[in-house]
Order: sequence, then structure tokens, then C-alpha cells
Amino acid sequence: MANKTVTLEIKRQASPDAPAVWEKFELEWRPGMNVISAMMEIAANPVTTDGQTTTPIAYDSNCLEEICGSCAMLINGKARMACSALVDNLEQPIKIEPLSKFPLVRDLQVDRSVLFENLKAVKAWVPIDGTYDLGSGRRMFPQEQELRYPLSNCISCTCCMEVCPQFNEATGFVGAATIAQVKLFNSHPTGKVLAEERLRALAGDGGIQECGFAQNCVEVCPKQIPLTNAISDISRDVLLQKAKDLIRG
Amino acid sequence: MASPRIIVVGGGLAGLSAVIKIAEAGGSVDLFSIVPVKRSHSVCAQGGINAAKNLKGEGDTTWQHFDDTIYGGDFLANQTPVKAMCENAPAIIDLLDRMGVPFNRTPEGLLDFRRFGGTLYHRTAFAGATTGQQLLYALDEQVRRFESEGKVKKYEGWEFLSAVIDSKGTARGITAMDLRSMEVRAFPAEAVILATGGIGAIFGKSTNSVVCTGSAQSAVFQQGAYYANGEFIQVHPTAIPGEDKLRLMSESARGEGGRVWVPKTPGDKRDAKQIPESERWYFLEEWYPKYGNLVPRDVATRAIHKVVYEHHLGIDGQPMVYLDLTHIDRETLNRKLEGILEIYEKFVGDDPREVPMKIFPGMHYTMGGLWVDFNQMTNIPGLFAVGECEYQYHGANRLGANSLMSCIHGGFTTGPIALKYAKSVEAVEGDGGAATEVTRQKEINKALITNEGNENPFKLWRELGETTTKHATVIRYNSGLQEADKKILELIDRYKKVNLSDKSQWANTSFAFARQLKNMLELSRVVVQGAFLRDESRGAHYKPDFPERNDEKFLKTTKASFTGEVEGPNFEFEAVDTQYIPPRPRRYDIAK
Repeated sequence: MANKTVTLEIKRQASPDAPAVWEKFELEWRPGMNVISAMMEIAANPVTTDGQTTTPIAYDSNCLEEICGSCAMLINGKARMACSALVDNLEQPIKIEPLSKFPLVRDLQVDRSVLFENLKAVKAWVPIDGTYDLGSGRRMFPQEQELRYPLSNCISCTCCMEVCPQFNEATGFVGAATIAQVKLFNSHPTGKVLAEERLRALAGDGGIQECGFAQNCVEVCPKQIPLTNAISDISRDVLLQKAKDLIRG
Repeated sequence: MASPRIIVVGGGLAGLSAVIKIAEAGGSVDLFSIVPVKRSHSVCAQGGINAAKNLKGEGDTTWQHFDDTIYGGDFLANQTPVKAMCENAPAIIDLLDRMGVPFNRTPEGLLDFRRFGGTLYHRTAFAGATTGQQLLYALDEQVRRFESEGKVKKYEGWEFLSAVIDSKGTARGITAMDLRSMEVRAFPAEAVILATGGIGAIFGKSTNSVVCTGSAQSAVFQQGAYYANGEFIQVHPTAIPGEDKLRLMSESARGEGGRVWVPKTPGDKRDAKQIPESERWYFLEEWYPKYGNLVPRDVATRAIHKVVYEHHLGIDGQPMVYLDLTHIDRETLNRKLEGILEIYEKFVGDDPREVPMKIFPGMHYTMGGLWVDFNQMTNIPGLFAVGECEYQYHGANRLGANSLMSCIHGGFTTGPIALKYAKSVEAVEGDGGAATEVTRQKEINKALITNEGNENPFKLWRELGETTTKHATVIRYNSGLQEADKKILELIDRYKKVNLSDKSQWANTSFAFARQLKNMLELSRVVVQGAFLRDESRGAHYKPDFPERNDEKFLKTTKASFTGEVEGPNFEFEAVDTQYIPPRPRRYDIAK
């Protein structure tokens, strides 16, 4: 009896300017295999199903526990983390492509630094006075912690941006992840001192009004972050801020 | 003089803590990281962070925290820096709270604390089951603030290759490689801080992240830095074996009644549920009737190891045993263990409420590391080390929830010291050796990329992991350690015939990996030979042939230095600072 195998089709691109090609791999099935372990197997034996020697696949990964946010890619058309994509749960051939909305680096590697730039633009931090000992922070009830904690679980994987119809060059939309971070910092007793600046940063082009409420973001989020709630809340706050700014002149 | 430039390598908790202190004091920082710093390995820490805040009316003190840490580390840690860490810890928790870390709270709105291994006090602050992630983000956000003010420049996607060391032996900067363009460049600095984490990859699969190869530590070790206590490696008893890595299964599974067993028949092919009670061996319950499945970590780890490697009773011949919760009703499991059961379900695909989990001890933490003085400086002036990549806070065994604190305290200590050093160091002569070092690195790259041969680096790495895991983790015999060293020598020889299938000069990940692999091989000899020389059992280091701790001979820090000879590193031993707490026997079968 032939051993059970796994077939993968991987979209390869040697550099941003190189043509994209698909390569097919057939690997021996092993229990507990995921997409990352399949690619590790290819690295140890980089040969396609046609017997052509090729190069190991370039992809980003680090923790392999779905907490660092590195290994987002399109697996059978769905934006998700490769480390938690179990081969047994996937239809074969497993089609693997890079995220499509970000500049391609090589193979499955893309440049997602736009998210970190967005976080700078909305000042996603608590502006503390300094790191010297100033005693304990403000008291915070468990109910407030329970509201903030899910938002703080965002792993910056950018899946929510990939699946958003509005996230493209034409709109310049910041995407759901950044908006959820605005809600996180605006809800912190010290962080909210910058609330108005954050809301103004989301008021212009590429800001919150670009959201078309497709709700794809919340469906794809591997951390089940209440993204659409955050967008509703921050939309309201941005409108109020605009009104205030108008009245103040 | 202009504000001195300081290089920090590594953007986990330790590196970011150092960056924040330097930027706050007006220094300029170049921050290097293989991955975007927000994706560093610190995110993986789940349980919490220790500080004796004494908010539960238990009379906890920083002295108690200090004593627990020294005792847990089997008295191998130098006591002065550990004492300083424990005293500093409560203020660090307050600071993290002010930075916005969503710590769990009491009904009154105060920080909540839980109990962790190795202590009788509620001393561990936590943010859900993702404390490391939350702490890293808080520091990442503060660094982003400094970055937007121009005080920090990030080089993400750059890999550290070596220190630039001048003719007087002083560190004057680093060489690094852009992982996209593969360009090698020198970066000058008045001081360099390495914060490059653990060395899990030397063991093949571990609970560590992909970037935790120890390559940076090994590179500076080969340039003359001492590496201390390399033989001390923490193995967690219950990790989930995976095809790509090992993932942690929390001790609470056993705390809630989980039973560990293997089929009595070697290679039994039946499904676990089909194997009747009489044909199962609950070896922990049999060997330790008093504690059963809840024996301490190191004891559980050794027992599982023995059943697999000496009794050859791993499940289906594989290195795995069952951790069984299926006798407990679903409702109880969901109420008490839902979070961790979901992790198992997500990554293994089986429901642990229905099917026994398959677990095995996994390499988890690197207690040893670059030797540093009490100012966190290595023996190379101007080169500092902090976090898991250095050796000084955990002795022979790390206490749960102390790692995050040691990283942050270490970073906060090192930043100002490095800045002070950088302000006073003599001006560099010429380029400080930068051009020579860049040439040396480029030659290494050229040799690797044009190499002819038939060896695949990923296969060599697998063989390395197999031998180190087998001989240099849980149970160590001198014969096995000698065998492992011989194997590593063979791999070093075969490495000369590495032939990369990818010879391109753009985002060549296997090329970068092959460079790391050479450094892993050199560093693994420090681990293996250090373990060979230490004929005693202490903390995580266990030799059945020498089952007792031997303070007379081995209450000493192991210091390895690189020789370049085939025999491997040179070893010397340094006295341990025990000025505050005299060593006493370490046992957990009674309250200490």
C-alpha cells in the first residue's frame, strides 16, 4: 500500500519583480502536520512533484503558537496563520499564496510594516511621565480589564486588513486593527489624554469613514477581537470629535 | 561630545527595556532584530511575572522572593544581582501597570496575584493567559513613542553577525546582515547590548520560537566572550510534541486530576480508549504513591524520560506518553481548564475531553548564557548582555514567572550602565576594526554560498537536535555526553560540505539559517562538554551516576571560552557569591 501523502501547491516569486510561478509538492503524510511543518519538510528536501530541485520556501514565522502574528498567508484562499493550519483539516491540494494586499518580498513573505506606521500615526501608547518609580497605577475594576484585554490581544497579523474590501491604495484605509487599538488606548485612564489626537488622526482620508462595514475583519480575526464593535464605537467618537472641533472653530 | 550611540540587539522584553531607559536618559539607540520587535519570543510567556507586592495579606517580602529564587536555582546563582532583582520587582510591576498592561484585577480594582511553582505565596501578577504578550506590547508601544520622537532607530529584518572589536579588545559596534538584500554592514557604537534570548534551536524542537538559535551568543563566544553555566537547560515535563515545534501544556492539567500513563505493551497499536485499565501503566502513581502525578517538574520530567528511553514504552514507539483527562466530566473540564484545552485542540486537532493528550518533556529555558559581571558587561569591554542570553538570575533552575522579571529588571539595569560607559569610553581609533570585520563576514558568506558538497543544513540541524535532546537534556550520562560531542564534531565536519539549494542573494532564508547552524554547532559543544564536566546533580542538571549535589566541588559557575581547537572549549570554574543565604539542601517533599 502506498503511504498516505499530502499535496501542496505554493505560489512562488523569487523577488518583487520576478514572475510568479506555482510549484507543487507531494510529501509523506505525518500525524499532526501543519502548513509550517510541511514547509520545513520541503526545506529539508526541496524537490517538486516533477522531480525538479527547487529552493526552500521563503516565509515569515517565529513563535508557531499563533501569538507572534508572523506567519499569516492565504491558505486555500483564506487569510490565516500557517502554524495553526492543520493539514488534516484542509482540502487538498493545499493552495498557499502570500497575502495579496501588501508589498511582496519573496514567496510567502510580504512587508506588513504599514500597520506599525499606522500605530505610530494614532499614538498607540500610554504617555507615561517616565519609567522611574511613581508608585502604583490607578485602580481599575475587573470589568474594565475585561473590556481592554481582548483588544490588547491583537497580534498584528494583518488578516483583518487583507480581507477588507476597503483596504487598498485608493482609500488608504488604516484598517480594523489600528482602530481597535485606538479604542484600547482611549479607554485607559492615562492613555485617554491623547484621545482627541487619536480621533483626529482617524477623521481624515484613509480614516474611519472608509469602513464599508463588510464585517470580513471580525470573521477572519484569529483572536476573535470584537473589531466591528470597536469600529462602531470609534466611528461615533470621531463624529463627536469632528462636531466639537467644528464648534470650537 | 555628541550623544553616544548605543546598539541593542534583540527586541524582546530585555532589549526593549534597555532601549527605553537609554532613550529616556537622552541616548540614541539603534535597535536590531531579526523579526519586527513586536513578534519577539517574549510573547510566548503565558503564566505571569513575579513580584513580592504582598497584596494578599500573606506577609510576602522581597527577601522571601529572593530566598525562593536562590533555593529554586539550587544556590548556583550569584546572590547580589538576584537580590537586586527581587527588590526592584514591585516597582517594575507598578510601572507596567502605569504603561497600560491589562493585568487581572481584584474586585476592589487592585492587581491580582496567583500562586506559581516553587513558592508558598501569591506573588505572580498576570494578564489572562498571555502575560508575556501583554508586557512585550506595553514596552513595544513605549519604544514606538521614542521611535516617533527620533530617539530610536529600528533595524528590523537585520541579523546580528558579530561584534566589531578593536585592537585593544574593546567592542566598537556590530556587523549585521539585511535579511532581504543580504547586504553585510558594520554599525559603529560606543556600547553594544545583546538581548538575543534562549538557545532552543540547538535542541531541534523546543518550546522556543524559531529565532531562538543562540547564534548571536555563539558568535561573540567565538570572538572571546565567556559563556557561563551552559549545561543548565530547563525541560518542562508536559509539552505537546508537534511536527514543527513543542508547545507547552500547563501544569494545571495535572493539578485538576490529569493522569500520566503508557500502554504496558511496547508498540501497542490500539487507540488509547481501547486499552483496558489493567494494561495501562500509571508510572508516576506507582513510583511516587504520595504525590502521584503532581510530583515536582524535574521529577516528572525524569520519570517520563526513563519510561520512554529506558523502558521503551513510548506511545507507538514514539517519545510520548498520555496525559489523560478523559475520566473527568466535560463540564468540570470546561469550567477549570478551557483555555489550555483549546490550545491542544487547535494545534493537535483532537479533543482532550475525549482523547488522552499525548505529551513529552520539552526543552524550555536556557539558564546559562553569556558571562556578565554585576554591571551586565561581558568580559569584552563595551559588550553587554541581558535577558535569557546571559546567565546570572536563575542559577541551576529557573522558577516559574521569574523570567519576565529578570528580562525587564536586567534591561532597566543595563540601559543606564551602558549609557554611562558609552559616555566615558575612550574615542575609537580609526574605524575600530569595522572594515576588517565586514571583510571577514563577507568571506564567510562567500564561502557558504559557493560551497560544493552534498549536505543539507536542515538535515544536519535535525541530527544535532536528536543528539542534544537525547543526551543533554533530562538525564545525562557521561558516556552519552561523549557520544553527543563526537556527533557534534562529525556534524561540524559535514557542515563543511553544506550545499545550499538556494544560492540567490535576495531574502535567502536558508542561507541565513545555514549561518546560524554553524554557530549552533559551536555552542552545543559548550552545553554538552559543560554537562560532562559537572559530575553532580544540581537543579535541572541530573546525572544518575552522580545523584547528589556536590557543593565542595561544584558550587561554581562554569565558564567556557572558545579555543578553535578540535577538543572544543576551554573550561574554568568561578566561585559563586553566596554572601546572603548559605546553601542548604533543596527539597520539595517538605515545606522549606
